[in-house]
Amino acid sequence: MNKILLIIQREYLSRVKKKSFLVMTILVPVLFIGMISLIAYITAKQNDFGDKRKVEVIDESGRFAGKMKNSKMLEYSVTKENYDNAKNTFIDDGYDYLLFIPANAADVLLLGEKKPSLTTSSKIEDELTNIIRSQRLAEAGIDSAVLAKAQKPISIAAKQLKDGGVKDAHTVVAYGVGFLSAFLIYMCLFIYGTQVMRGVIEEKVSRIVEVIISSVKPFQLMLGKIIGVGMVGLTQFFLWIAISIGLSMALGAGVMKMSGPANPTEIVAQQKAIAGAVDNNAAPAIAEATEKPDNQMSEIMQDIADIRIVYTLSCFVFYFLFGYLLYSAIFAAVGSAVDNETETQQFMLPITLPLVFTFALSQSFIINNPDSNIAFWLSMVPFTSPIAMMIRIPFGVPNWQLALSMGLMIAGFLFTTWVAARIYKVGILMYGKKASYKELAKWFMYKE
Amino acid sequence: MISIRNIVKQYSGHRALDNVSIEIEKGKVFGLLGPNGAGKTSLIRIINQITAPDSGEVLFNGEKLHQLHAEKIGYLPEERGLYKKMEIGEQILYLAQLKGMKKAEALRRAKYWFQKLEIEGWWNKKIEELSKGMQQKAQFVATVLHEPELLILDEPFTGFDPVNAEIIKNEILELNKKGATIIFSTHRMESVEELCDSIALLHKSHKLLDGRVKTIKNSFRNGGYLLEYEGRQIKAGADAPFTIQGEKSVEDGWQMNLKINPGKQVNDVLQYLMPMVGIRKVEEVIPTMNEIFIQTVSEKN
Repeated sequence: MNKILLIIQREYLSRVKKKSFLVMTILVPVLFIGMISLIAYITAKQNDFGDKRKVEVIDESGRFAGKMKNSKMLEYSVTKENYDNAKNTFIDDGYDYLLFIPANAADVLLLGEKKPSLTTSSKIEDELTNIIRSQRLAEAGIDSAVLAKAQKPISIAAKQLKDGGVKDAHTVVAYGVGFLSAFLIYMCLFIYGTQVMRGVIEEKVSRIVEVIISSVKPFQLMLGKIIGVGMVGLTQFFLWIAISIGLSMALGAGVMKMSGPANPTEIVAQQKAIAGAVDNNAAPAIAEATEKPDNQMSEIMQDIADIRIVYTLSCFVFYFLFGYLLYSAIFAAVGSAVDNETETQQFMLPITLPLVFTFALSQSFIINNPDSNIAFWLSMVPFTSPIAMMIRIPFGVPNWQLALSMGLMIAGFLFTTWVAARIYKVGILMYGKKASYKELAKWFMYKE
Repeated sequence: MISIRNIVKQYSGHRALDNVSIEIEKGKVFGLLGPNGAGKTSLIRIINQITAPDSGEVLFNGEKLHQLHAEKIGYLPEERGLYKKMEIGEQILYLAQLKGMKKAEALRRAKYWFQKLEIEGWWNKKIEELSKGMQQKAQFVATVLHEPELLILDEPFTGFDPVNAEIIKNEILELNKKGATIIFSTHRMESVEELCDSIALLHKSHKLLDGRVKTIKNSFRNGGYLLEYEGRQIKAGADAPFTIQGEKSVEDGWQMNLKINPGKQVNDVLQYLMPMVGIRKVEEVIPTMNEIFIQTVSEKN
């Protein structure tokens, strides 16, 4: 036991003392916060960044001319020219697009040298649709005041039935928390699993492994390395969180000071965008936010407070730890089987496949259907559950499912470690033998 | 000290050790000889408990080999290796602690050894910054630091220049004098004759030969002598107590290999020759370990 501690200590200190550890620890949160702020900033101001498009309009129907409003992105100007002439001259006249509305107002054409972006064409479509809808409603004799009332947008407050009462479902925050924790687990499993593998290869290639396992059992060495690297991971992780919180608080204070109380909507919009940076719904969120800034701000804060922080964090630590233990044992076995890192390729794919698959699926499918069958099974299988379950947890998972998943996770970890240790024990002493799956199976079957 | 009893070790496809039994006495230098692939490393790994035998057992001071015995063994593998990016002093302390030493004690002894081998200025250097010879010295220190009762050295002199090889040899002998038993695996025979009290010869996973070096050499004596004399070549008559097996002329004289006939002594040979020639030199031809090695192995082939 004492010797495992020694090994853990060496593995831990030799990594933490490296310059690259310090650099990573500081750089990652800075980059991360920087990236998120940049995304939020650009999304919030996307209209300013896009070029203004000039559109020449030929309106043969006479329904639209003069009613189209210029926006930050689009500037309309109506012409009396006929279509065939304008087609040849609108680019020379300095326009980007030519909008041709025939007399029946049905087969509208948008002509341009470049392909119009989806937003451009859909904006024009919306504009035209709105105009014609208002006109037709007006023609049908509906009062314009009624019309204005009818067009007021509606926002839904998602509520959840829980413990007999109604609670906010805070979907946006659930999205954010689920996505973020799954992403972190996904990333860390790769980073630290690979570190374990490299460590094993290093010991094998430098041949020190023979000296060490003449003092301790191979299993002790493997376990010591895995735990040591895992502790490096946790250390880095808590430092990241601490630095990120520190940074974002400093940044938040800075923004508050800069913009002052005169412009609270922007902060709200930005925070909203951060929370919703995952999906592209930031734009409507901003529109919403502008309407009732105070309310929205406190709602988001309330949402964050309402997510059971301790519960979520404990689940995160559990899945991070056991996911890491499970995968790093496999990584260690792979490291023991090869003579250098390039040979690891053939084993890496099947190992990482379940992770990549779950992660890809989690963003599109699981996060939108957290209670579906597929999500359920993915959150039970130990190889995929660390990611799948973390996506589901913010949306609420029945206790029995969580318990079952955790139980399977522990069982899976014990089983993989047992298999990996058997391969590891033989592998670290094998040189120059091309390790195939058949070979690994043989090593596994070796007697004690 | 070490009793190796009926060890069998099977790897997929071939048998590395086939029913090998060896006794190693306490306080002796024991040579484990054999051509490449004979099973030396497999046997050493079993003694070090790096691998386990399929059948048979190893006794350490009469006890069945146990994990705790690892702390009493120092092992220098043929393929040397240390952590490349770790500082040498720190690394030696780590390895000593893995062998069960207290850190303070390890530090004290490491300083002593570094001074003795004149590498004390390198304490804070990383292994990758050292020359090969330095690395070897550092590894030697790591092997002996915990004052093991049993020292297993696999080709300890490779990688050393002659001066440093001599230094290391003397250190090994000194440790032996202080009571350490030494197992010394090699295929360099000249060092065997110089160092070893007993040997075992492994070949193709079998033990061909073992015993004290002197006894083995005696058993390979065949009554051959080398004799050098001045003057002209002689013709040995039918009454000569020896038969000539080879002759060549040397500077103003002749040298011959002869075999004494059964029942006769060296003195008989001298008496026969003295009236005829001036004898300059006579010596018994004792096969070197190298010849014994080659002879035994090729006989087996």
